[in-house]
Amino acid sequence: MRKNFLYSSIKDSLFTGLIALALFGPIVGLRTVAKNEVLVVSPKWFIVLVIVIVCALGRFLTNLYIYNRDQKFGIQSTIGKSITNFLDTKGTQIALSAIIFSVIFPFLPFTDRYLMDIAIMMLTYIMLGWGLNIVIGLAGLLDLGYVAFYAVGAYSYALFAIHFGWSFWICLPIAGIFAAMFGVLLGFPVLRLRGDYLAIVTLAFGEMIRILLLNWYQLTKGPDGLTGIPRPSFFGLPFKSFPDEGEQTFHTFFGLEYSPMQRIIFLYYLILVLALITNLFTIKIRRLPIGRAWEALREDEIACKSLGVNPRNTKLTAFAIGAMFGGFAGSFFATRQAFISPESFTFIESAIIVAIVVLGGMGSQTGVVLATVFLIGLIEVFRDFESYRMIAFGGAMVLIMIFRPRGILATRKPTITLQKKEATK
Amino acid sequence: MLLISKVETFYGNIQALRGVDVKVNSGEIVTLIGSNGAGKSTLLMTISGVNKASTGEILFDDQRIENLLPHEIVNLGISQVPEGRRIFSRLSVEDNLRLGASAYEKGKNFDTDAKDVYDLFPVLKDRLNQRGGTLSGGEQQMLAIGRAMMARPKMLLLDEPSLGIAPKLVNQIFVAIKNINKEKKVTIFLVEQNAKKALELADRGYVLVNGNVTLEGTGQDLLKNKDIQAAYLEGGGKK
Repeated sequence: MRKNFLYSSIKDSLFTGLIALALFGPIVGLRTVAKNEVLVVSPKWFIVLVIVIVCALGRFLTNLYIYNRDQKFGIQSTIGKSITNFLDTKGTQIALSAIIFSVIFPFLPFTDRYLMDIAIMMLTYIMLGWGLNIVIGLAGLLDLGYVAFYAVGAYSYALFAIHFGWSFWICLPIAGIFAAMFGVLLGFPVLRLRGDYLAIVTLAFGEMIRILLLNWYQLTKGPDGLTGIPRPSFFGLPFKSFPDEGEQTFHTFFGLEYSPMQRIIFLYYLILVLALITNLFTIKIRRLPIGRAWEALREDEIACKSLGVNPRNTKLTAFAIGAMFGGFAGSFFATRQAFISPESFTFIESAIIVAIVVLGGMGSQTGVVLATVFLIGLIEVFRDFESYRMIAFGGAMVLIMIFRPRGILATRKPTITLQKKEATK
Repeated sequence: MLLISKVETFYGNIQALRGVDVKVNSGEIVTLIGSNGAGKSTLLMTISGVNKASTGEILFDDQRIENLLPHEIVNLGISQVPEGRRIFSRLSVEDNLRLGASAYEKGKNFDTDAKDVYDLFPVLKDRLNQRGGTLSGGEQQMLAIGRAMMARPKMLLLDEPSLGIAPKLVNQIFVAIKNINKEKKVTIFLVEQNAKKALELADRGYVLVNGNVTLEGTGQDLLKNKDIQAAYLEGGGKK
């Protein structure tokens, strides 16, 4: 038995090496170089050999320690199992300590401008992940164009703030409403679509919005982008080092020294609050009829119809509410950057957000946080090695898929938990 | 109560129902038997509005319903227990029941209605917090019936409630169906392959062959009918 298993593992890894050779041979091995104004092929077989060996060896090891173990002994990989156990039993404590940590984070001794910027970026992605989780995780609608709503939120915030001079707190709900309207706009034509067909249409929708922003020069200034988006103020008190005559600013009002960190810290808390609102909203709505209907729709559409759930309204609200939170995140992005252009809203953004939701374990709120920290953190760590960033990103995905094929937090708890359990034990 | 006349339903180019006439009176148990592919499930889905009839009329309490949307039909008082149960396997039993209640006044009477369901199927009460998918086949069928009852239907459409269930549980489910009819005064329209059990339970029955109703009569008459005995009762299993 054991011998047979070893033999099949070796065979399988050799086959993997062959695939790697077929793929990387032409892509990496054959490089054209201009020599005396003529293109010459200069082969790099050594690198190909290294890659092929790495692939075959990696496959062999995963075969040995993960896949075949599952098949032979029916057990999960031990690392994955202990992660799940840990998170299942300590879930609430982890979430609470994470929230406390993020509240005190700006005042920790090692926190500097760079870390704050990363934290703000991570929180933005967490918020987007939670927003998209409503659409993908709860309602089961695979939306590959989520960045469109992020863009709509950012642009509507920017345009209202620039042209009408309205404050952040007025423009934020407006941007959310606009994004929700676009959510319904996308929702209507895709009501009958499921799965891959839905994914293609949403993907196209995301691109359409970006191209629209790029070409509608009169409104959006096209590729030049919108500049001079007003910074948010602390309930009417702006963050400025040199206030105008008679103007109250944040630091004069509170009698503090001016520091540029004040605005960063304010932005940090702003996105933290927005993200937590998104999370709280999702947790609450899952226990309401509409949230339950979303989950039911994900499970079985025909059963939903036969029970009198209206699939049209249910899907549209999922799209609208998911989009609304994307729009909120977009407004935050606009006010933080003070400059937006269509370049910030490419497909790769959608892909990252979907990756966060899927790798986190669809429908899991904590999973989104873990996946964000893992993926965005990894991209940041590799910032100095620019050309290896995407390899690290891809590698992280492969690792998650090997160890946690259904997402970091795959086992979702039922929405309503058993209370008797503790009494009987 | 329910009057179906000359209903034809298509799947693309394929005609599944070829002018079906069925009548169900208030308070009755009516069964529809037939072999695989005869169009039994299609007829139920057409009544529920999930499939649309291309021609013909469906009257429910003298109101035409063939062009209404599924949720509007549920709100009128027709609930369906779909074939293969189709419970929401990753949601808890309680959530499944709550979803059933969403049609009737948005679940305001959940507690009283749920109590009726627990009286009918006590096992569900013990499993409220379990995921639907972890129940046994018979329990899932009970859940599916309970879920449909949460909408307080006047009429219950049941699609093969005995499918893939242990014989002992089948009896239990048929007793429950009888109870629903007698005590809750819910009219039952039952589609079954288990023709013997269905005809024993039913007041009247219809036989559907290739999208046409070929026979109708009281349950007892159909049980004694030679053709039916040959096709669906003794011979049916051996063929």
